[in-house]
Amino acid sequence: MDYFLELLLGGLTRGSIYALIALGYTMVYGIIELINFAHGEIYMIGAFTALIVASVLTMAGMTGLSVLILASVVAVIYSAAYGFTVEKIAYKPLRQAPRLSPLISAIGMSIFLQNYVLIAQTSDFLPFPSLIPELPFLEPYSHIIGPAEFFIVVTTAVVTIILTIFIKFTKVGKAMRATAQDRNMAMLTGVNVNRVISNTFIVGSALAAIGGVLIASHIGRINFYIGFIAGIKAFTAAVLGGIGSIPGAVLGGLVLGWTESFATGYVSSDYEDVFAFLLLVLILILRPAGLLGRSPIQKV
Amino acid sequence: MKRFYFRTVFAGFLSVVLMVFLVSGNVFAADTIKLGVAGAHSGDLASYGLPTVKAAEFVVKDINAKGGVLGKQVELVVEDDVCKPEVATNTATKLVSQDVKFVIGHICSGATKSALGIYKDAKVTVISPSATNPELTQGGAYPNFYRTIASDDAQALLEVEFAINKLKVKKIAVLHDKGDYGKGLAEFAKKFVDESKKASVVLFEGVTPGAVDYSAVVQKIKQSGAEAVIFGGYHPEASSIVAQMRKKKMKTFFISDDGVKDATFIKVAGKYAEGVYATGPKDTSKNPMAVAANELHKKTHGADAGAFYLNGYAATQAILNAIQKAGSTDYDAVNKALKTQFVETPLGKIKFDKRGDAIGVGFSIYQVQKGNYVELK
Repeated sequence: MDYFLELLLGGLTRGSIYALIALGYTMVYGIIELINFAHGEIYMIGAFTALIVASVLTMAGMTGLSVLILASVVAVIYSAAYGFTVEKIAYKPLRQAPRLSPLISAIGMSIFLQNYVLIAQTSDFLPFPSLIPELPFLEPYSHIIGPAEFFIVVTTAVVTIILTIFIKFTKVGKAMRATAQDRNMAMLTGVNVNRVISNTFIVGSALAAIGGVLIASHIGRINFYIGFIAGIKAFTAAVLGGIGSIPGAVLGGLVLGWTESFATGYVSSDYEDVFAFLLLVLILILRPAGLLGRSPIQKV
Repeated sequence: MKRFYFRTVFAGFLSVVLMVFLVSGNVFAADTIKLGVAGAHSGDLASYGLPTVKAAEFVVKDINAKGGVLGKQVELVVEDDVCKPEVATNTATKLVSQDVKFVIGHICSGATKSALGIYKDAKVTVISPSATNPELTQGGAYPNFYRTIASDDAQALLEVEFAINKLKVKKIAVLHDKGDYGKGLAEFAKKFVDESKKASVVLFEGVTPGAVDYSAVVQKIKQSGAEAVIFGGYHPEASSIVAQMRKKKMKTFFISDDGVKDATFIKVAGKYAEGVYATGPKDTSKNPMAVAANELHKKTHGADAGAFYLNGYAATQAILNAIQKAGSTDYDAVNKALKTQFVETPLGKIKFDKRGDAIGVGFSIYQVQKGNYVELK
């Protein structure tokens, strides 16, 4: 039973990691139906920024929670700026182009950013400091869940709730939904579609940066390539949950995390990915739009 | 300037004398000991084979200058096999037809294997500086074969023996990264644990390289009750797994290979790296003979020696020493001497075990102590 609980919690952490990155994929897809392959790289850049800021602050003598908060804030701003710029450079000029063009552009952006970090920083793995402080009340359960895992799960939950409220009730959120439903109609009713799309990229990139800081603290090492692998899995999670749906991304992430965790725990880690993608195939056969996705209404 | 001139002339004079001496040896004293050197001396893999030729030349020159072996001069017969099994049989036949009784080589495992049958029938003793395929010695098919390099499974054997005999563990988890190197090593480790009968493999799994987290595998290690983990693979995965194990307060021993015996591992895993064991090539950098041999190469050829140079050096020394100790070039006597007589080489003091692998060559266990890998003696 203990073993089951441990696997459940492990899967929850892993699923939350996927969910945190999947949110960005799903938001962008919801608005402009583009799979933003560069999203994983934004996550990686967030982690690198946090590492640089944290190193500088630690050298300046700061410790504890303040380093985590400052590093996260800088990482969020920096990544948001990257997301904004990527959209302006690589996607906006292609808005009226056939759907394949921005997709290729996204893949190109992903490769560009990876190699940019590879050249500007290093190809080696870098140690990432554990920015997350020890939590005394978790100490008795340290064999099951650590502070980093706890932070990731809580952050994912909080972020999902805030994001849902943001999209449901704020003016910006409403504009996003309007754009997602019908871009031309939204434009006619006075929504600044370009700004809405920029906002989406900024929010999505900020989430990726938060994910980058927390996940890198959890894993303890980063290199220029982490965004690619995490991005692929998060993308899978987004598709699994129904791409375009915010609760779907979280659910998809969790389902994927649990599948992998239990497959490793009860079968073999050799087949971790096999089970994960088998599940994806099964769900897409039964529900082509994903777990919580709605089949697109044909616009006449 | 004048002195320099004198020295050049003197060195030239000396080498001429030496060369005349060698030639005369060849011509007049038909009774030389012929030592074959076979391997890749041209083509893509020449860089693996040529250093051994150089090493053999140095050793033979040195020994001939001291009067040779058993009072006879040693003559090198160098043959190229381009590292190809189909060429290697011709190379072997050619050497045998020239009445060569001892061969240093071949370089590549495949070529060595195809040549060995011919040598065996002709009762030729073979020492390879570089063929690492485990089967060559362990198969038992070639009693005439020896090598001065550790076989591919030597690391796995060392890890398993260390875990069972030094750490006294009974339950071992064997993990790998699904790659050729890691999985091959893990499979050997599993085989050795099973054969030892003193411990059991409670978990054998491959992990996905680059995964965001290894907590499920770590939980599984814990659940299995393993006292030690043997990991085949490279440092990025190793550092993640070790860190997660230590964060979960697991004190399980972690033993890995030379893919992990890397400074990056310590840098990335930080305090979690403390106490981790890893196998790595024996440190020969302080061996005075190795230093001298490397310097000799640098002085003569103006560059650092290449791959397997020291192994080739040791192989040549071993065979000549065995002939000297055996007191004859008789096949059985030399084979016996190789297995019983120690010889000082740049790789340390070596002799060969009954299968033909060099004892005292190969890998050591290192442990991370205070942020550095320390060789455990």
